Amino acid sequence: MKKLINSPDDVLTESLLGLAAAHPELRVDHANRIVYRGETKPHGTVALLSGGGSGHEPLHAGFVGFGMLDAAVCGEVFTSPAPDQLIEATRRIDNGAGVLHVIKNYTGDVMNFEMAAELLGGTEVDTVVIADDIAVEDSTFTAGRRGTGLTVFVEKIAGAAAEQGRELTEVAGLARRVCASGRSMGMALTSSTLPASGRPTFDLPDAEMEIGVGIHGEPGRRRVPLASAREIARMLVEPILADHEFGGSPAIVMLNGMGATPLIELYLMFGEVRGLLEKAGVSVARSLVGNYVTSLDMAGCSVTVLAADDEMLGLWDAPVSTPSLRWGI
Amino acid sequence: MAVTFVQFMDWLRLTDEHVIEARSELTELDSAIGDGDHGINLSRGCAASSGKVDSEKPEYLDDMFTLVGMTLVSSVGGASGPLYGTFFLRFATSAGHRQELTPVQLASALEAGLAGVVQRGKPELGDKTMYDAMQPAVLAFRNAIKTGDVAEAALLASRAAAAGRDATADLVARKGRASYLGERSVGHIDPGAASTALLFQSLAEALA
Repeated sequence: MKKLINSPDDVLTESLLGLAAAHPELRVDHANRIVYRGETKPHGTVALLSGGGSGHEPLHAGFVGFGMLDAAVCGEVFTSPAPDQLIEATRRIDNGAGVLHVIKNYTGDVMNFEMAAELLGGTEVDTVVIADDIAVEDSTFTAGRRGTGLTVFVEKIAGAAAEQGRELTEVAGLARRVCASGRSMGMALTSSTLPASGRPTFDLPDAEMEIGVGIHGEPGRRRVPLASAREIARMLVEPILADHEFGGSPAIVMLNGMGATPLIELYLMFGEVRGLLEKAGVSVARSLVGNYVTSLDMAGCSVTVLAADDEMLGLWDAPVSTPSLRWGI
Repeated sequence: MAVTFVQFMDWLRLTDEHVIEARSELTELDSAIGDGDHGINLSRGCAASSGKVDSEKPEYLDDMFTLVGMTLVSSVGGASGPLYGTFFLRFATSAGHRQELTPVQLASALEAGLAGVVQRGKPELGDKTMYDAMQPAVLAFRNAIKTGDVAEAALLASRAAAAGRDATADLVARKGRASYLGERSVGHIDPGAASTALLFQSLAEALA
């Protein structure tokens, strides 16, 4: 294992120290591993909290700031944060208008957020659970679809709505609408390696790839021989189009890198994906290409497509200023 | 015969010891069908909870088990933290502000803990989770105290938990991370069921 670390046990702690040093506009509670905005919102505005296991950077801490999250709670690598961290963060960011918890659908995350909400008392909390990964075919006999790329869309769009001073029920409703009309599918060329174990999370031979992989290396739909970018784009886009009716609405599309794939390949893939979507009658209104929801050093990519309406497009375009997403300011 | 405060302390101490002994074994089970950290997370949580009990020296069962539950919730992480944490928090509420429990009160406290796990994880029998070991153990305890003494009831509960644990090997996981493996999860014992069996083995030893 070759990694830029000092000791496997200190990776998260030291990474947060670096994040704080690089972004003086953020406030980092190192004891509780919470990243806050430096400037809080006006009293009476809804606050947004997200969090989860680390290893998916820039998700979530990279999206704390004007127009997106008020705070992000960091768990250990690939491990949900605990209720006491979530309670502390929720109390601190509540501006008297309630807090929206943005949760990715994983058993541990859902349980820890649920316990936090139960133990909170006094703070109005609403929750949205993101489950956009269509690689999980059987939702009845599994923990259900996983939360992946669409999280960026939910945090951006709901964050912009909160910034406009809308009420909690409205912000939560909008977040749920985004969840209902967005789908993702990912693939891996290589496994990620956890700093703590030093070994690849799963075994993937050189000549093969995993189609439908999860962001913690969960198995996907199938393992197939390596193919061209054009062919891979087809394997990702076709199941997305088969799972949801995208016709008619303008689409927001993200081509996301898993962490170890260079931007030159991600742009190449986006070209292929866009071509397939347009051919299927889906008009790509907005696009985002880069590493946004990663899986440590996994090589590969994921595609997220959201059937947007005018309101979502407007909120997507609204000004945002975070370490990893910034425009209109 | 009532179960004393010292016996409950022994239960926690023995659980702590058994989890630490089984640390690598639990982690190995979890590597096969999960993310390979169950032994590490649970032994960290047990050590933290023992440390809290040692330093705060609670004198009543509700205080002690609330402390254990809250510490597990904040130190274990993942799904097993909230699940075992909820088990002990509900156990504490049911046990109440007492220093000892009658066998019937203990059965009720175990059932309250089990109900907490059900509420938190929404498991069903056969989902290949800790519930497959916990449910038969709690049921065996309740049935056994009707006729036998508390030590024998705890022994039967421990055996039921072990049988439940072993039976998870043949099941397809339908909850948690292992569920994404589908059929590929067959042939492996569920790590949560394995740690639950340790919890009931420790109870049997403490009450023997």
